[in-house]
Amino acid sequence: MNRFRLSAGAIDGDLEKRALTAESAGACVCFEGWVRNANDGRDVRRLDYQAFESLALSEGERILVEAKQRFGLCAASAVHRIGSLGVGELAVWVGVSAGHRDAAFAACRWIIDEIKQHVPIWKNEHYADGESGWLHP
Amino acid sequence: MRIRLLYFASLADCAGRASEDVESAAVHPSALYAEVGKRHGFAMDATRLRVAVNGKLVDWLQPLADGDEVVFLPPVSGG
Repeated sequence: MNRFRLSAGAIDGDLEKRALTAESAGACVCFEGWVRNANDGRDVRRLDYQAFESLALSEGERILVEAKQRFGLCAASAVHRIGSLGVGELAVWVGVSAGHRDAAFAACRWIIDEIKQHVPIWKNEHYADGESGWLHP
Repeated sequence: MRIRLLYFASLADCAGRASEDVESAAVHPSALYAEVGKRHGFAMDATRLRVAVNGKLVDWLQPLADGDEVVFLPPVSGG
């Protein structure tokens, strides 16, 4: 199952959410990460995301499978953009459905934290002064 | 043996390329990183990186084989 995807085009959160539908679900939580116009005190004009695609897909899938087990979810999926993004664009979308809201909130938070920590995707920030830099926190 | 290397993010910038094929006698990724890191001037210490061989995360001391694809992964920044 390809519940974790990389997308070179715009992400449609409403469309993604439809895949979470389940009769046993009483709660749905979605997270959207957007491109912000500043980071660490510098004006950001755009971002480039680069991924090691094969490993990003397998790591992302592993995280979603683990989340489903750990939180007893009905469904979980996530999409991360690659390529060049402007300020305000949707960079990452995470959505889960569960029987109750506690599990849904906790799982959505856990998944985005795991993605940020483990999935091999890198962000190159382009600043207003013309400089750019890869972030390696 | 022949090793295929893929580079991402700052390592690709530093190496000036996204991939290369190298002849190396390095027995594991740790030795290989020391070798190519010296040649390309990688400033990042290996302790900050992870390494993948043939698309799977592996230990730095896993033996390498002819034809392996090796990727040194700098700290990630998705999201």
